[in-house]
Amino acid sequence: MADEIKIGVYICKGCGLGERLDAGELETIATREGKAAVCKQHDFLCSADGVATIQKDIDDEGVNRVAIAACSRRAKTDAFAFDGVALARANLREGVIWVRPDTDEARETTQEMAADYVRMACAELKHAKPPAPSEEQGRNTHLLVVGGGVTGMTAALEASKAGYPVTIVEKTGQLGGVAGQLWKRIPDRAPYKEPADTGAAALAAAVEADSNITVHLNSTVTRTSGAPGRFSADIATESGATSTENFGAIIQTSGFKPYDANQLPELGYGKSPDVVSQLELEALARAAEGGPIKRPSDGKEVKSVAFVQCAGQRSQKEGHLPYCSGHCCLTSIKQAMYFKDQNPAVETTILFDDLRTPGAGGEDFYRSGQDKGVTFSKGEVSEVVAGNGALEVKFKDLILDEDIALSADLVVLATGMVPNSGVNIEAEQGSVEVPVESILNLDYRQGADVPQLVHGFTDSHFICFPYETRRTGIYTAGPVRRPMDMAQAMEDAAGAALKAIQAAENAALGRGAHPRSGDLSFPSFRKEGCTQCKRCTVECPFGAINEDEQRYPLFNESRCRRCGTCMGACPVRVISFENYSVDTVGGQIKNIDIPEEFDEKPRILVLACENDAYPALDMAAMNRVEYSAFARVIPVRCLGSVNTIWVTDALNSGYDGVILMGCQKGEDYQCHFVKGSEIAQVRMSKVDDTLQSLSLEPERVATYEVAITDLHRAPRLINEMAETVEKIGMSPFKF
Amino acid sequence: MTDVVATNQTILVVGGGISGMTAAIEAAECGKDVVLLEKNPSVGGRVSQLYKYFPKMCYPSCGMEINLRRLKAQKRLRVITMAEVTKIGGGPGDYTATVKIAPRYVNENCTACGECAAAVETEFDDEFNYGLSKRNAAYLPFNMAYPQRYVLDPRVIGTDDAEKAKAACKYDAIDLDMQEETLQIKAGAVVWATGWKPYDAGKIQPYGYDRFQNVITSVEFERMMDPFGPTGGKLVRPSDGKEAKDVAFIQCAGSRDKNHLAHCSRICCMASLKQSTYLREKFGDDGKATVYYIDIRAIDRFEDFYTKVKADGNVRFVKSKVANITQEKETGNPVLHGVDTEGYERYSNPHDLAVLAIGMEPSVPKGAFPMEVVVNDSGFIEPDEANGGIFAAGSASDALDVNRSVQHATASALRAIQVVNRVAGAEG
Repeated sequence: MADEIKIGVYICKGCGLGERLDAGELETIATREGKAAVCKQHDFLCSADGVATIQKDIDDEGVNRVAIAACSRRAKTDAFAFDGVALARANLREGVIWVRPDTDEARETTQEMAADYVRMACAELKHAKPPAPSEEQGRNTHLLVVGGGVTGMTAALEASKAGYPVTIVEKTGQLGGVAGQLWKRIPDRAPYKEPADTGAAALAAAVEADSNITVHLNSTVTRTSGAPGRFSADIATESGATSTENFGAIIQTSGFKPYDANQLPELGYGKSPDVVSQLELEALARAAEGGPIKRPSDGKEVKSVAFVQCAGQRSQKEGHLPYCSGHCCLTSIKQAMYFKDQNPAVETTILFDDLRTPGAGGEDFYRSGQDKGVTFSKGEVSEVVAGNGALEVKFKDLILDEDIALSADLVVLATGMVPNSGVNIEAEQGSVEVPVESILNLDYRQGADVPQLVHGFTDSHFICFPYETRRTGIYTAGPVRRPMDMAQAMEDAAGAALKAIQAAENAALGRGAHPRSGDLSFPSFRKEGCTQCKRCTVECPFGAINEDEQRYPLFNESRCRRCGTCMGACPVRVISFENYSVDTVGGQIKNIDIPEEFDEKPRILVLACENDAYPALDMAAMNRVEYSAFARVIPVRCLGSVNTIWVTDALNSGYDGVILMGCQKGEDYQCHFVKGSEIAQVRMSKVDDTLQSLSLEPERVATYEVAITDLHRAPRLINEMAETVEKIGMSPFKF
Repeated sequence: MTDVVATNQTILVVGGGISGMTAAIEAAECGKDVVLLEKNPSVGGRVSQLYKYFPKMCYPSCGMEINLRRLKAQKRLRVITMAEVTKIGGGPGDYTATVKIAPRYVNENCTACGECAAAVETEFDDEFNYGLSKRNAAYLPFNMAYPQRYVLDPRVIGTDDAEKAKAACKYDAIDLDMQEETLQIKAGAVVWATGWKPYDAGKIQPYGYDRFQNVITSVEFERMMDPFGPTGGKLVRPSDGKEAKDVAFIQCAGSRDKNHLAHCSRICCMASLKQSTYLREKFGDDGKATVYYIDIRAIDRFEDFYTKVKADGNVRFVKSKVANITQEKETGNPVLHGVDTEGYERYSNPHDLAVLAIGMEPSVPKGAFPMEVVVNDSGFIEPDEANGGIFAAGSASDALDVNRSVQHATASALRAIQVVNRVAGAEG
């Protein structure tokens, strides 16, 4: 009895729907064709009265499948929110009357559009169930932090302050990372004038004193498996002992290593001991303990020091780093102050191209450096020559337009940061010359570490979502994610800690992560039908699927982002979600009314990604941009979830055209599921074969990248398909 | 009367721009009760006024759509618009915020059908377009406004237009008698996300923003690119409507300057680089940009974008702080005067349009916070322990780009959660 479907269809007559449409006819269609047990009309469905009517039917009449034939699913979400039922929204307002002219001639086709959407909603509900949580994992909110530098320590402390237990695994024998090697840090508090205590020792002490935090030193993670809520990590210490622990989520804060300055021989590194990197300067400052800093070569006090910015960075030369490391300008100013604070007579010159001291604190610190007498020269350094007792820095002063040789006791090269991001799982086979140690050793079919975005950094590609991770439940933070200074790294740590806590808490509840946050549905698959082709496993953008011993796909619900790319990939269609399946969409496609060829009313299927294309069509409608009366739009979670059977079924059923609208793919992909749009385009390019075998013109199926701002273009693409159909003629497959 | 259920385990977020929305959503998705207050009729903030984001050149409404979906799905997240905080009293774990809610004159019955706007005739300067165009007195702030509910400008109350709006509405959504309300909202922690406003370019006397029509700000230039913006997506000169193909971008206009804003706003270099690509987008090879700069701050991996723009032969870089701008009488062209410091050549360069890369200043001025909070010289909120359970998020804390604002807001959500979890622990 619990599984018995009882469909209720509710037809709104507000917003002009009552005037433009024949609600009575829609009611007939809902009950006769849609098999709705209950169908009601209402003048103002989103009102308190309208909503109460629906709720009453759910509570008293056992309605468990609700179709709202009214406005778009994006509107009135507060009003039309009902617990425990499967919900379908027949978009009659934005999807029909707002995109068709209010004329007598248009009335008939407008009604047909509405009628089809009612049929589609009922067909969708026939196959949809309200999703229930998987219960694949319980509640484990213990967090793993890989890397015990400032970022890792901050992440652990912030999570602990919120009441969560944390384990830190640190490769070396002590906490502190690079920050622990510094003499002082760039100030992060007003008045931003003086170098400040690094705080690394205080953080380490706080970590050690915190009963919520366990630290493993001299340790690495040798194996990570599982999923959010049930990660399992093998922690191995140098001595050989290994322990296995379970975690809810993982934060990777493996930091960076300094760029190998030996690649800059023209700047004297390796040729003279008095040419040092920024990190080596910190060691000299620490050794001086506030006294005069001494040259490595002869121990003499440094009386003049030159800082070469962007050394081996912002450069397209081979072996150099093409990016900027974000902190080095401020770091050089700080280091110049090490000298000036001890002895204002020391000459400190910073040779730069663009001086990057952003924000409030940045400019204040820069001004403080100027006040202390640090010299700033815009120039291109070509060479550092070691001479007798002194170094000669040859540079072109870009302001004076002169070639200058600056003499200095010590030269500091501001070299960049190279992220410790582990294995590049997307590198082409054989292209990696020096094997890299994995950080996480993930036991995932798709690779041992998190994917890298660019230049070795594990950043998210989304401006709005810096923590959009491609490995659910694993968040990278600090300089491993993108070049950054300590202040940003500590902020990043707190942000990642929040996401990790969120991931663990939601995994316990079976709730999906961003962008389908809170989604309870997850893929299930019919093992008997599986041919082990591995397409789902390989194409999953998030590496959510492993393989079991018999080589069948092993789904991990809490690693899944619910995009449905696996469902779209499966050639035998054995994968589905409780409320989104080959049938919920296929049913919609197959249950519209296809007029006979002679009626000259084509049918164009539009599969529109719900993230960009569908909102674009909605907003086009809000602006009364019109499109063809023959279009039938079905929102999909991602173009990646589009199974080619939908296209085949549409064509076989007599649709005259099929349009797929998805998000931008390629280098600057917008696809919220990384690869979905790209995969769909590849699949559709193979549909040409199907079309040929059906003797259909290839122009009948088109795939477009549509942006959310394409309010005029998206309707135009539909209209162009209608024109194309008019030109090439109707489909021969109509009955 | 607006009904709000809030306790000292509630997180109050002040400001519904991208930082406030992020903090609110992230906290709610951790299972916390959140109240999000926004002064304007819609959430979205200044990013909704941008055409594209650097460096990906993607559309702000894309991320906004996802955030709105996440927001709508959170039953524990309550959004209140037209709301301003006038006072916050109490301490961490036990705050009370006094909130003034201005009347929208439109209630929740509104279906955004647009009939009221069709009936009303009065127009006002459109704030969304920085006053560059007009909007109806009955309006939806922008296509993706949330709540998806119209607003009636208070200046038409008592006039015929107000009655016309009421008569046009079939759902009894126009309430001309709506009054200002004051609420007391309890909270355990507060996330302060009031963002930024563009520095008043009129104060930069030598640049003539207040005297020359063809000297505009970067935020105004950005609005022009929006097909739904003040010029229908055309890049034109305000003086004569001619296409602006040769555009000068003046960096650090009013920034890094003791006479104006001492701080650097971090984003303006990238924003101008982004805007230089708009010229190519609109005019192809005919579009020319000249960037007058002190230091190009394309920091960290944003350097890739700078490299790409530098490779475009139509973008020229001049290391110079522009001294002043005059106007050619016959053409209306702004003429930039200064010294190109790489070589010390004086210049007097005419362009079609001059765009001032204006700085960001905190939208709440230093003395105007309704609570005790530690603020630095530039007016940004410092992360000081004395702030207790009040945490800045986004550009209220420092000049930040979108990506860092979201990062910062996510961190602020955690700090707020730490406070309310302590309260929850204490209350058993």
